[in-house]
Amino acid sequence: MSTIDVTLALVVGGLFAVGFYLMLQRSLMRIVLGFLILGHGTNLLLLVGGGTPGLPPVLDGASADPDRIADPLPQAMALTSIVITFGLTAFLMALAYRSWYLTGNDGVPDDPEDRRIGTIRERADKDQDTYPDPEPDSGPDAGPADDGTQQGGDR
Amino acid sequence: MLFLLAAHAGVALAIPWWQRRLGRAVWPVAALVPLAVVVWAGTRAPRVLAGGEYVESLSWAPSLGLTVELRLDALALLMLWIVAGVGALVLLYCRYYVEHDAGRLAATLLAFAGAMTGLVLADNLFVLYVFWELTTVASFLLIAERGEAAEQRRAARQALLVTTGGGLVMLLGFIMLGQAAGTYSVSGILADPPRGTTVSVAVVLVLIGAFAKSAQMPLHGWLPAAMVAPTPVSAYLHAAAMVKAGVYLVARLAPALADVPPWRPMVLVVGLVTMVLAAWRALRVTDLKMLLAYGTVSELGMLTALLGAGTRTAALAGTVMLLAHAAFKSALFLSVGIIDHATGTRDIRELSGLGRRMPVVCVVATVAVASMAGLPPLLGYLGKEAAVEAFLYGTELGGHLWLTAALLLGSLLTVAYGARFLQGAFGGPPGDVAARAHRPAPGFVAPVAVLSTATLVLGVWYAGTAALTTPYADAYPPGPHGSYELSLWHGFTAVFGLSMLSILLGVLLHLVWRDRWRPPRLPDVQRGFDRAMAAVDRLAVVLTGRTQVGSLPVYMTVLLVTVVAVPGAVLVASTPSLGSPQWWWSPSEPFLAVMVLAAAAAVVVTRHRLTGILLSGAAGYGVAVIFLIRGAPDLALTQFLVETMTLVVVVLVLRRMPARFEPGRARTGTRVVRVVASGAVGVFVACLALMTSSARETPAISTEYVSRTPETGAQNIVNAIIVDFRAMDTLGEIAVILVAAVGVASLVRVGGPGAVRETGDRVGRPFPTAHWDEPVETWLPGARERSGGERSVLLEVATRLLFPSILLLSLYLLFSGHYSPGGGFSGGLVAGQAFVLRYLVGGRADLGAAVRVRGSVIAGSGLMLAAFVGLLPLAFGGVPLESVVVTLHPPVLGTVKFATSTFFDIGVYLLVVGVVLRLLSAVGVSLDAPRAAARDEDDEDADDEDDEDDDDNGGGDEAGHGARGEEGGRW
Repeated sequence: MSTIDVTLALVVGGLFAVGFYLMLQRSLMRIVLGFLILGHGTNLLLLVGGGTPGLPPVLDGASADPDRIADPLPQAMALTSIVITFGLTAFLMALAYRSWYLTGNDGVPDDPEDRRIGTIRERADKDQDTYPDPEPDSGPDAGPADDGTQQGGDR
Repeated sequence: MLFLLAAHAGVALAIPWWQRRLGRAVWPVAALVPLAVVVWAGTRAPRVLAGGEYVESLSWAPSLGLTVELRLDALALLMLWIVAGVGALVLLYCRYYVEHDAGRLAATLLAFAGAMTGLVLADNLFVLYVFWELTTVASFLLIAERGEAAEQRRAARQALLVTTGGGLVMLLGFIMLGQAAGTYSVSGILADPPRGTTVSVAVVLVLIGAFAKSAQMPLHGWLPAAMVAPTPVSAYLHAAAMVKAGVYLVARLAPALADVPPWRPMVLVVGLVTMVLAAWRALRVTDLKMLLAYGTVSELGMLTALLGAGTRTAALAGTVMLLAHAAFKSALFLSVGIIDHATGTRDIRELSGLGRRMPVVCVVATVAVASMAGLPPLLGYLGKEAAVEAFLYGTELGGHLWLTAALLLGSLLTVAYGARFLQGAFGGPPGDVAARAHRPAPGFVAPVAVLSTATLVLGVWYAGTAALTTPYADAYPPGPHGSYELSLWHGFTAVFGLSMLSILLGVLLHLVWRDRWRPPRLPDVQRGFDRAMAAVDRLAVVLTGRTQVGSLPVYMTVLLVTVVAVPGAVLVASTPSLGSPQWWWSPSEPFLAVMVLAAAAAVVVTRHRLTGILLSGAAGYGVAVIFLIRGAPDLALTQFLVETMTLVVVVLVLRRMPARFEPGRARTGTRVVRVVASGAVGVFVACLALMTSSARETPAISTEYVSRTPETGAQNIVNAIIVDFRAMDTLGEIAVILVAAVGVASLVRVGGPGAVRETGDRVGRPFPTAHWDEPVETWLPGARERSGGERSVLLEVATRLLFPSILLLSLYLLFSGHYSPGGGFSGGLVAGQAFVLRYLVGGRADLGAAVRVRGSVIAGSGLMLAAFVGLLPLAFGGVPLESVVVTLHPPVLGTVKFATSTFFDIGVYLLVVGVVLRLLSAVGVSLDAPRAAARDEDDEDADDEDDEDDDDNGGGDEAGHGARGEEGGRW
């Protein structure tokens, strides 16, 4: 049974909360900062979830007692995660810069195309031509089956 | 058999090209393929009809049990002759019928023929399903043509939706059936039929698919709608071949599954109701093609009932009718095509007197109608006699007298609409339409005549028909009255009487009530389908409008709430025991925790970008210390280095951006939602962290790693994991880093290429104000490019001294990583920071002097080295990424022992160095260049002149200021 470290659990929770709060903002720079802090939290979570801490996982000489050293696998995973976070942060930062360079601000606006979908019905009420239903029900010509049937009825 | 399928596909692909050269002659060429199938099947027929079979299989993914299994038995042979025979005739007929777009039509028809051939030969449920859907796709393409008319698009869409919907339901049934039977082989299921509730459900699902394909009520609406397709397509797909797929499936599975509870009631009720109602509707329509379409639906209903009934006589009747229907219905469709082609109309009310104008067509169509009505001595008569016999004496079927009554009612109506067809198409006094109709070419009528003749010949030569159809029916035991034999004359039996009565009443119905009585209209499913489609469209618009609001924060909030709600609920529900909670591992943890959390919280409230990144860095350093005290020195080292590098990169980019965040415009309500959502996630993750750290029950995998680390020649287990045990992960990771660096470079580069390669022999402009610490001597090779005011002798001397030392340290970290904390990543980052130092102090020219190779070249060679080291063991018969410990005894040095994985680590090192250089080149050097046409950001700096100079001479100085926490004009 591993011991539970309440302090670190709180730190991890706090970092996640701050990271996600920043990611909920509209400024790309704040999102990048949120991503960084989320990265710290995740790396720490990997280590905390990995079990009881211990001596550094380095075998000097023959003193290899797996019970006393810290679990090396979460460490290797966290190491990978740290480096990847660095690469992605640089990439996100470049994206934020590009967005700012092109638009003059680094905010994340609403997608206008999605907004258009949201108002498609209101606009359709004004303008029947843009109504999304391509085959409005037009009575006797609605389909060949109807067509035949109704003409037969006329006979 | 595989060859036949390949031939269909190959010729179908080639036909559009041939058509340009051959013109109309392409049709006979296309017809050669199905003709070859007919002949091939003929050569196989003797053995198959004697009860044998041919099997072929192509192993695709045997470990998954996926094999293309084909089997030719009696039923498949019959279907094959129908599909290929009618196909060849239809293709020949097209030679005269099709006016334009022949290449596409021929190719699609042939592809359809291939798919249909595969469908009837398939002996594996999945293979059957694939061919099944291929026929649907071909049907869609043939109905829609080029999709120019709205009616065509609508009809094609309806056919596609109904039949693929049914197909998906059927696939589910297939899977349940296959799981219950333990095999997906059709012959396997037939040999050992599964039973049970699962099979009952599967039967319902499979039958729904079959009914959709064979246009059984209430899923029949697509077939009349599909009559917008060219008449040869209707004749082939929607009369002879494709719609028979559902009937074929019923026939194929009935021997195994007819006794499973819902099979018989479903098949008989749906089939016979469809037969009667569709025939009824055929009496109402005035379009000849539509009349035939409803007639087809009706006949398919009868076939479903007969082939699904699961008795020998019914199966015999069903197979005869299957053959008969393919012949007479396609003949009738093709006749309508000739009439349409000659007169331009198919309307009963307009056509008049064509019988005298086209006597041959009239005779041919009359024979076909007579076969449909069941007049002796035609093929239809044989089938109908057997059908009445099957139901009248089929005492093992529940309610067999009702079945007989329904069958006779359907036959009566069939006779009536057959008469209506003949009367409408050919009867009446000569009129305008008949006068302007041109006589059809003999080659145009010939295929129709062949089909009509076939129905006559097979009727008279009933022994041949019996030889073809009996082998399938013999799968069932003979009924209580012995084996029924096909014959033109059984004597004056009750069956004969009933059969003749139905014909008589049908003719009477036509003659007496033709014009005086209009059959009442029945409820229409077509309108229902249209309404359903419109409702789906509207629902999609509403749903998309509500859910896809286009706001990133809203999406994010939804994600977070889901994370808390779903896994959080599971977490609460499981109520884990927390074991022995401990407040902290080391007494210094609370202080670090407060520091990290305070720094993180301060990021939220800060208004300055630079402060934000510095605070985030502070949190990162705090985390690094936590790593250290928890026994992870490698992590701590890497975290320190990465944090520093992140700071450098972000600050270099931030030079170009405004100092302050734009003021937030979020409303209070929005803010509260955000706080609550992110806070809830924080609580959830904290609980998760508590739970996971106590949840471990089995020994760690790493116990094995620990015990095996000496084999790798390493002492640092983390390093051993990275370069040896899990080297594949590392390889992927460094590739990701490289890609990210390339992405950064292309995103920030606005002007020309990066200037890392430039060497600094450019003399800086004279700068008016010299500072006291301006260096007199050259400490850094490239630094003279910068203006004197930006240079500092202190920094230059320090850099000059530190640079080689840092590089040496980085090499030490690289090579000692196997034994103590360090390794390729940390070594590379340290080396990278040496270059960062050169860049910040000496400017871009000095960086160019320090490293004369492009960063991307270094990074690329690092990745290649790592990959090469990984692949090298393959050359020596090892597995990829295997590592060996090599011990050498060079003369002077004594014993040298190293692991080959060290070279992998060198690759990592090179890659990290290259990536850092690439990033410096991108965010440092490229952003140094003056922005030519860039917008002038809302810069608080009034002194534009100075600003430009800064840009010219490298912004490293600014970064230096930034690092010291000052706020220059640029921030």
